[in-house]
Amino acid sequence: MRAAFGASKGALPPLLLGLVTLLLWQLAVVVLEIKPFVLPSPTAIGGQFFNNMNTVWSNSLITGFNSLIGLFIGMVLGILLAIIASLVRTIDELSSAVVAAAMVLPIVALAPVLYGMFSASQQTARQLVASLAVFVPVYVNTLKGLRQVRPVHRDLMRAHAAGTWQTIGTVTLPTALPFIFTGVRIASSLAVIAAVIAEYFGGPKSGLGGAITTAAAGSNYPLAWAYVLGSIILGLVFYLAVLGIEKWVLRNRGV
Amino acid sequence: MNTTATPTMQVETAVPGGAKGVRSRSARAPRKSRIATWRKAGFGALGIVFVGLMWELYKFIGPEKGFTLGDITILPRTNDMSMPHISTMFERLMEPLTGASNSVTMWHAVVDASAFSLYVAAVGWLIGVTVGLLLALIMQHFRTAQSAVLPWIILSQTVPLIAIAPLVRRWGSGIEIGSFVWENWMSVALIASYLAFFPVSIGALQGLNSPDTNHVELFRSFGVGWWKTLFRLRIPASVPYLIPALQLAAANAVIGTIVAEVSIGLKGGIGRMIIEFAGAAGGDPGKPWAPIFGAVAIGLIAAGVVGVLALSVRRYRRGETSA
Amino acid sequence: MTTQNKETTVQDSTTSPGTSTSGSQRGPASTDAPAVSIVNVGKIFEGKRGAQVIALEAINLEVARGEFVSLIGPSGCGKSTLMRLIADLDQPTSGELTVFGKTAHQARLDQEYGIAFQQAGLLPWRTVRQNIELPLQLHKVGKAQREKRSSELLKLVGLADFSDNFPDQLSGGMQQRVAIARSLAESPNLLLMDEPFGALDEMTREHMQGELAHICAETGAAVVFVTHSIPEAVFLANRVVVLSPRPGRIRAIVDTKLGGASERTDHLRESTEFFASVSEVREYLHGSDATPLGVDNR
Repeated sequence: MRAAFGASKGALPPLLLGLVTLLLWQLAVVVLEIKPFVLPSPTAIGGQFFNNMNTVWSNSLITGFNSLIGLFIGMVLGILLAIIASLVRTIDELSSAVVAAAMVLPIVALAPVLYGMFSASQQTARQLVASLAVFVPVYVNTLKGLRQVRPVHRDLMRAHAAGTWQTIGTVTLPTALPFIFTGVRIASSLAVIAAVIAEYFGGPKSGLGGAITTAAAGSNYPLAWAYVLGSIILGLVFYLAVLGIEKWVLRNRGV
Repeated sequence: MNTTATPTMQVETAVPGGAKGVRSRSARAPRKSRIATWRKAGFGALGIVFVGLMWELYKFIGPEKGFTLGDITILPRTNDMSMPHISTMFERLMEPLTGASNSVTMWHAVVDASAFSLYVAAVGWLIGVTVGLLLALIMQHFRTAQSAVLPWIILSQTVPLIAIAPLVRRWGSGIEIGSFVWENWMSVALIASYLAFFPVSIGALQGLNSPDTNHVELFRSFGVGWWKTLFRLRIPASVPYLIPALQLAAANAVIGTIVAEVSIGLKGGIGRMIIEFAGAAGGDPGKPWAPIFGAVAIGLIAAGVVGVLALSVRRYRRGETSA
Repeated sequence: MTTQNKETTVQDSTTSPGTSTSGSQRGPASTDAPAVSIVNVGKIFEGKRGAQVIALEAINLEVARGEFVSLIGPSGCGKSTLMRLIADLDQPTSGELTVFGKTAHQARLDQEYGIAFQQAGLLPWRTVRQNIELPLQLHKVGKAQREKRSSELLKLVGLADFSDNFPDQLSGGMQQRVAIARSLAESPNLLLMDEPFGALDEMTREHMQGELAHICAETGAAVVFVTHSIPEAVFLANRVVVLSPRPGRIRAIVDTKLGGASERTDHLRESTEFFASVSEVREYLHGSDATPLGVDNR
């Protein structure tokens, strides 16, 4: 990302921008006397957030767990299927239309029928929704990465009479690794969003999505926003965790 | 495994017509690649059929109550209520929507709702693309702006839209400028644009920054300013990055539209239909699936239309190697 | 008319850092067979829209064991293609090609040759040592033996201090040295090199040529070396094969008459024999009407 966007000027500008925006927001709410059901002030949201830290935390754990399962399943399936598709052209052609449809499918549409198929009293449907949301970017990016092998490396493996699996392990997968990470990074915050959205549609009243609906139904808008804040933080945590792992694994690569 | 062509061959075919061994043909796609296109389409359709077959196969051999490990359901229930036959789903499309005597057929209703949602998504896409391009331009020109704004753009996508949608509607209902009244579908379009602007801004920024230093310095040596460089160099260079981003934005706009429609309950949209029908699964198992097909269809149409539009800028994508 | 001077330069393989025991997977090779035998080989590429490109036509060449042969010619003459055919990275469309008496395919499976490409082709996520050990690792050589061999090779190419660096931390010349070390890892009797010094500056190039000559003197391997540079071709080789383009054919084979590998020192670059051979090759390359030296045109 560094090469594509040029060196950044450090963390100060975005932090400054965020701070200024928060200040303006607070000012606007106070000066224009905006009602909380339209837009609560940052301080009100912050207050609710810290007062209800326990419930925010416990709900985040549930949503986070669902997202993690979804991330794991989607990742494994996505990478495996991409490897198979890159090896067997028929599989690639067969799955092209299905993957294209999956890319445009709003997960939100599947949530109700999935609750019907799996029991509505458990977390399984939400984990599946998250897996599906994760599968698509991981599959697409992994497949792209598996095709990036440089011809000179392909020739090298052939000249050394390396077997198919040796070639995959020595050259294809390491070349694909940056792309796989890109896919997983995109998928990480999608997993959280998908889990939250799935929680809107029924299932047990647990998790951040459920908490948002409950608070909104009780007209406690600052609390609902506090839960939204919680889900943003959860998504950010997932994203940064994957980013950190990515930086560490790819630390020795040159351009 | 045979290897691909060597550099020697590429040099040979780059020689203008008339050199030995190289015959030129007309620009029409030759028979071989037309067959390849049909083959790809055929296999794609076959893949969808295959998924359907797997569905029916699982229904046939899977356990009635699904497979549970303790409390957790690992495999779904196979009865006709939970997992209707594919034929049931298609039959339901042909039947009337409601029991009323003047009811339209289901597929008719789905098409109407889908078309409406597609229209809203298109508006959202246009807004999102405009905003995304503007942001990318500002970020490319002002490096400080880029480092200040880019992290927030990335962060913006971690917000669950479904929570924002009602808020946007409330804001909208307060807007009245002269005779212009904010309608609910505009809130939906705005949400759709929120999802659409992200890939466009990232893709456009990458694209605008993509020209080689060599090329940028070439333009500088021509004594040409930022605007001219933008139009003659950066924008053409960004096309290979923009087109996939625009396609992704189209798909996202559709998804955003549907999510927002669900959240706001917008009448006439496919999102609301999904939610309405979801509750009917008990008596009418095929019903919830009809709007799902509609949603997938408009997503594919949206991405496809952008793809077709991209054909007009094909010559700016010459450097691209296919994945 | 091709002038084929079969100079049988016999080199005995002495026990030196260049040779070791890792060549044990090679099947039985007939000890009389030349390193490479190319008989009437042709290669045609099918281009887009039915166009056919004749990359090579009627190539006849024999490379004796221990002999250094350079392939030179303008762009598009098929010299890289020819080397790829020997390496079994592509297959000839006509004719017969054997390596040490076996088919090219079998020779590749038996790992009879080592190869160095123009782009060094080092794997960027492996250290220098791990890159050199790559063929050994692929062929399941034990860790201790691998380390011993890679240490020998690192010393041979003068990169012992850089064993734990990554390729992006090395200069172009150093990367090529790693690639050459890698090609020697299994002590092959045949080295295939496709413009390995092409991306280097002239000073580094001359230095690397000296190093390569030194390595060849020690290991006694046969070498097929593709290059663009006339002085490089003449400096290193026993014979220089001049190819002409479209279609690729052998225009001439020039005997450099400069002695064995051990005589290729910097001193040689200033000698009259060297300049004479360079001129001879240049004449053939430019296809001049003037009579080339030493050829009877009656």
